[in-house]
Amino acid sequence: MNRVVITGLGAFSAAGKSIPEFWNTVRDGRSVIGPLTIIPTDNLLIKIGAEVKDFEPKDHFDSKQLGLLDRFSQLGLMAAREAIGDAGVGFEGEAGLRTACLIGAGVGGQQTLDESYYRIYAQGRKNVHPFTIPRLMLNAACSHICMEHGITGPAFAVASACSSASHAIGQAFHMIRSGMVDTAVTGGTEACIAVGTMKGWEAIRVMASDTCRPFAKGRTGMVLGEGAAVAVLESLDRAKARSAKIYAELAGFGMSSDAMDITLPDANGAARAIKSALGDAKLNPEDVDYINAHGTGTAANDATETKAVRLALGDASAEKTAMSSSKSVFGHALGGAGALELVVSALALKNGVLPPTANFTEPDPDCDLDYVPNEPRERPIGAAISNSFAFGGLNAVLALRRFDG
Amino acid sequence: MSSVESDIYDIIAEKSVVDRSKLHSAAKLEELEIESLDVVEIIFAIEEKFDIHVPYNANDQEMEFETVGDVVDAVRKLIDEEGAAA
Repeated sequence: MNRVVITGLGAFSAAGKSIPEFWNTVRDGRSVIGPLTIIPTDNLLIKIGAEVKDFEPKDHFDSKQLGLLDRFSQLGLMAAREAIGDAGVGFEGEAGLRTACLIGAGVGGQQTLDESYYRIYAQGRKNVHPFTIPRLMLNAACSHICMEHGITGPAFAVASACSSASHAIGQAFHMIRSGMVDTAVTGGTEACIAVGTMKGWEAIRVMASDTCRPFAKGRTGMVLGEGAAVAVLESLDRAKARSAKIYAELAGFGMSSDAMDITLPDANGAARAIKSALGDAKLNPEDVDYINAHGTGTAANDATETKAVRLALGDASAEKTAMSSSKSVFGHALGGAGALELVVSALALKNGVLPPTANFTEPDPDCDLDYVPNEPRERPIGAAISNSFAFGGLNAVLALRRFDG
Repeated sequence: MSSVESDIYDIIAEKSVVDRSKLHSAAKLEELEIESLDVVEIIFAIEEKFDIHVPYNANDQEMEFETVGDVVDAVRKLIDEEGAAA
């Protein structure tokens, strides 16, 4: 079995439109949640989110390509360009055939869908744009990344709501480990800030009115964010052969299904996924120095996730590890979240810094672990896990190990 | 029983599949085993029925509605307020 390493990273999110900018924002715990500006908010009760700011698509795509791109594909393409450039890999000939492209997305082309339905129902127009379907389909971002870079191996989109990106990355990890491919371009993207989508989230009554305060007492729920992140994964042998820079080893992957409730999380299901990832990575509970939490900021998730970590690691190890939620900084990017958080976890390992949970006010008795409140902490990190627990009870946990050569 | 109260009982009974005869003003929502997603659906049905907005967030750690009577009182208050505002 091949060992798998991360050799390229890209992030295009509300917290920054490049890896250095993104990491600075997340490391310092500077929350970028604010008033929504990219959509009209007159009909909305929740008027906050985390938007990708100062992004002019026509500066990055020619008009022919842009006509086919929903915003979620645009964000995904931007993150993929950075990751592939960062890794310094090319996909000519055999290399393209031996590369997988797996991209998670939770809801796909929401802006396209929203605009199309508005034309029909509100404006009484007879037709929608002929590219409506190719823009909105969930695999659009994956397909455009393959076309732009000539990736000709296994490629598909993965959908499991808030776990989509982590499931995609985990699948890519398996493909390299088994020898099916040598390289993978993998991650997730979401552009979920559209009026209809926001109304749907409002209706389920879990949205924060002030900001996202994971694990803190008095938290009022989650905040939507948009964004994409992509990683280039390679077999250790290939990475060494070309003397690639290595961020971290992707050492294990665990999955589980709660089979309980369509929205409420279950601590036992989440704990099974964590244990499975640790077992797969051959890590003991005491080896885990950092957990990048799912940490949505809802009453149910944060208390349940705390319980799950205690169940999976045991109380002694759970109390010694540090766990923070980056959603406090860049919101919940649904199908993109797991990829953004893998990037955070890899950079935390590489830099020896625990990124904080922002907006942390006072502790909640139901959340009684170390959440790295508000301030980053320097500490060598040997191993980390990144948790994703989706609506629908589908859990995915990635385990990373520091790579010292 | 007022029509507002009766309508609310109908909605609760339908959405949470609770026997309507068990519903009375002092009945506790927790004891009726109404699940959280049912609460969200009940509130939506109430909003649709009475054309009001109920400011309910499932993350509120202090339960605002303990009994069926609390729900009826809150809806009456909102109907009055929003009626006065209109």
